[in-house]
Amino acid sequence: MGVNKTIDADFLNLPLTAVSDAAISTATSAGASHVDVRVERTRTGLLALRDAKPETQSDETLAGVGVRVIVNGAWGFASSPEISVKVAQQLALTAVAMAKTSKPLSTQEISLVTEPVYAQKTWVSDYEIDPFSVSDGDKKDRLAQLSNSLLKSSNVNHTSAHAMYVKEQKHYADSYGTSTTQQRVRMQTQIEAISIGTGGFESMRTLAAPSGYGWEWMGNTHWNWDAEIEELPALLAEKVASPSVVPGRYDVLVHPSNLWLTIHESIGHATELDRAIGYEANYAGTSFATPDKLNTLKYGSSLMNVTGDRNTPHGLSTVGFDDEGVAAQQWDIIKDGILVGYQLDRRIAAAVNRDRSNGCAYSDSPAHVPIQRMPNVSLQPNPTGPTYDEMVSSMEDGIIIKGDKSWSIDMQRYNFQFTGQQFHRVKSGKIVGQLKDVAYQATTTDFWGSMKVVGGPSTYVLGGAFNCGKAQPGQVAAVSHGCPAAIFDKVNILNTVAEAGK
Amino acid sequence: MISAQDLIEKITSAATCDDCIVVVKDKTQANLRWASSTLTTNGVITERNVTVIAFIAQDGGMAAGGVSRTDVHESDIPQLLEQAVAAAKAAGKAEDFAPLATNVSLGDWNGQHVPTGPEIFKDFAPALGDMFARSVSHDIELFGYAEHTHETTWIGSKGGMRLRKDSPVGRVEMTGKSHQRSRSTWSGIETRDFKNVSVADIDADVRQRLNWQAKKVDMPAGHYDTILPSGSVADLFTYMLWVSGARDAFEGQSVFSKPGGGTRVGEKLSNVGFQFFTDPNYAQLPAANFVATAVSSPFSSVFDNGQPIKHVDWIKDGVLQSLIQTRATAALTALDFTPLGENAIMSVDGGKGSLTDLISKVDDGLLLTTFWYIRMVDPNSLLLTGLTRDGVYHVKGGEVVGATNNFRWNDSPISALSRIAHASATEWTQPREWAGDVTNMAMPALVIKDFNMSTVSPGN
Repeated sequence: MGVNKTIDADFLNLPLTAVSDAAISTATSAGASHVDVRVERTRTGLLALRDAKPETQSDETLAGVGVRVIVNGAWGFASSPEISVKVAQQLALTAVAMAKTSKPLSTQEISLVTEPVYAQKTWVSDYEIDPFSVSDGDKKDRLAQLSNSLLKSSNVNHTSAHAMYVKEQKHYADSYGTSTTQQRVRMQTQIEAISIGTGGFESMRTLAAPSGYGWEWMGNTHWNWDAEIEELPALLAEKVASPSVVPGRYDVLVHPSNLWLTIHESIGHATELDRAIGYEANYAGTSFATPDKLNTLKYGSSLMNVTGDRNTPHGLSTVGFDDEGVAAQQWDIIKDGILVGYQLDRRIAAAVNRDRSNGCAYSDSPAHVPIQRMPNVSLQPNPTGPTYDEMVSSMEDGIIIKGDKSWSIDMQRYNFQFTGQQFHRVKSGKIVGQLKDVAYQATTTDFWGSMKVVGGPSTYVLGGAFNCGKAQPGQVAAVSHGCPAAIFDKVNILNTVAEAGK
Repeated sequence: MISAQDLIEKITSAATCDDCIVVVKDKTQANLRWASSTLTTNGVITERNVTVIAFIAQDGGMAAGGVSRTDVHESDIPQLLEQAVAAAKAAGKAEDFAPLATNVSLGDWNGQHVPTGPEIFKDFAPALGDMFARSVSHDIELFGYAEHTHETTWIGSKGGMRLRKDSPVGRVEMTGKSHQRSRSTWSGIETRDFKNVSVADIDADVRQRLNWQAKKVDMPAGHYDTILPSGSVADLFTYMLWVSGARDAFEGQSVFSKPGGGTRVGEKLSNVGFQFFTDPNYAQLPAANFVATAVSSPFSSVFDNGQPIKHVDWIKDGVLQSLIQTRATAALTALDFTPLGENAIMSVDGGKGSLTDLISKVDDGLLLTTFWYIRMVDPNSLLLTGLTRDGVYHVKGGEVVGATNNFRWNDSPISALSRIAHASATEWTQPREWAGDVTNMAMPALVIKDFNMSTVSPGN
């Protein structure tokens, strides 16, 4: 099977250019100084099995047109599910009227940075098998087979399996002449084994990350599902029988399957420039990493190098061009432990007097405006760093944390608390068993400042999420975070049963 | 665009499967968003969602499969039906099967969707502009959001189901910051038509709370008697509802599972006369009196569409009464069929007065503004974690004496049920974290004893 590089004909057959041309010319004639149009179609499938039998099934296609304008320095936006020239003209007029209505409330003039024009570009993400080309029965059978393997074990009482698969198609055009048409695919599958005991229940989930693959993700080539499922019942049984953690300070080896989420929350969101200047203050929050600290803030230890990008292969935030027609790129966010960069869209770049965007505009629906969303934000491995086994051997006394579970961080991205799927106790360089009821709690800069070992390239894994939320009305985006394993010095470990006062 | 009713008639009459349900949602919305006292985004939105669910008789039950699209033309109907039938066949006999309702009519089937639009803001927007101007001259920065949404849902079936409901809902959220953003406060108000929104009241609240923050005292982590405003109570107990699925409890996978098997229904959970219920006839929070769902989940079943929703007590007089059921899980658990309704009402016997009255009853404790970033830590105890946000106040001798730092907390709403010291009267309220997702809640403010503030958060 080769990589697919064509956009589906039934999307290209929609009146994409006619609709965007109509909206641009109508809005321009009505006084707009800027017009951008998105014609989008996103198909999302969900299959959830409980104890290997279907519980939830959906197959939803969201399509429509969104028209955004600037008139006299004020925004206007309108959208409709109908993809037609006539509706596009109406939307253009509604958006212009909305901009005029908004003008008295807009005390700051909206402007956008200038970007190169890309005419009639197309781009398709790297995937082999369109998940929607696989029959519903075959998809169900694969999840049922993996669930049934777990249920065969006496250690497993119940299972839950979820697969979500998305195909996103976008035609973008603006009044400067840029027009792009893109298609990308992503998949997320999680399978959980549950053990019911007299003292309550415990669960353990597969560590496979969501990723920019098609249905080929569910074979054993890119992720060895069968091998992971085979190991899970014994790992779960060991967790059930393991001691409850003694709270205190421990050296912690955070596996990439857990560290990606800590990166997402404490670096990814904190370096969104719109947040840092207050645009999300009523909802998602602000950031301690304010622009006055650029190039001086010591974010973490000197081993810390973090990049932002929209072009990592199979990355969930990877595109050819963003939702403002800006080409995908990569840049530094943290260099040798110092904050050196932010995530930008064209409007935020202009608001802070920068020359260029770095391509972080995204909208999750034709009904929502593009806003600055997260690129793939990744911690770089140490090129000469240790292997995972070498890292474990190097630990005198500590805990390995694998897999993400619960996450929470404050609105300025200082204080966070995470749990995980597996907690392995290490003594004198050897894994001696699991622990349970573990959470780690820290302040962002203290935690990253305590990073004393960064794993080598062999430990690097691309993690990520489908469900990153931001903005009002709420928008959801998928994003990847690559990282190596890393060791942190003396992290505060809580016992979650003790926290509940029991 | 073809009307919802016509579309449903055309699809259900073209369907050759054993039954077919079509759910059409027409939604219109206008929204305004602002930051640093200037408008940042806005929108006028029209959305349609059409779900076709095919049912096929199988082994004494039925299989179901669904497909959803945003804009459906007559020519798309054969393909949609074909895809729905294929999904049903692939799924096999449904675990949540129960006989489908037939020939049931509820709501004004023939009425058109009444769109909302920016005109809903005709009084609000100029008042907001005036508030922006006043705030700028007083060095206060405003951040917030206003939204009005009208959603109409039609559900029709081949078997003669004809259901319709309308949900007009809106809200205003306002964050105020001053003194180089070192002070921060929030207030939120739910509305159906913006007639109950007073910008002057919001302005006064913002100013009073920013003034309360003139004096700041650092307080350490620890257990505090804590006043939760009604919106925070809504955020906390929404999580309890989300883990109230009967099957999860019955199968040992929730805080409502009884050790050794079965559910905790019948167990006393609260130290006070605590009532928590859903009721489609609750005057202030109108809600549909029938099940309407386009997808099956642990909480809902497409087979239950059109089944009546009545008053359901989740907790009555402090005793757990009901868990969220489909008809299939009701049979499995041998409990009554108690579907999740569209509102949630809490009251505490003897609870009266306002938040201000509650403050006067606390000798030494904390007053919160809102919770934030609430997540489950341990599902066995429903231990949740989260932050406080936009103002924590030290209350001494029944008065607010100053502002203090934010905290990360770890506590459980189930455990909190037995630590209720005082309650206010029940009021229509807006959760903070789940605003927009969870509406139609009436809650009291509560004083919870020994709330676990786990660490100090430097976040502001």
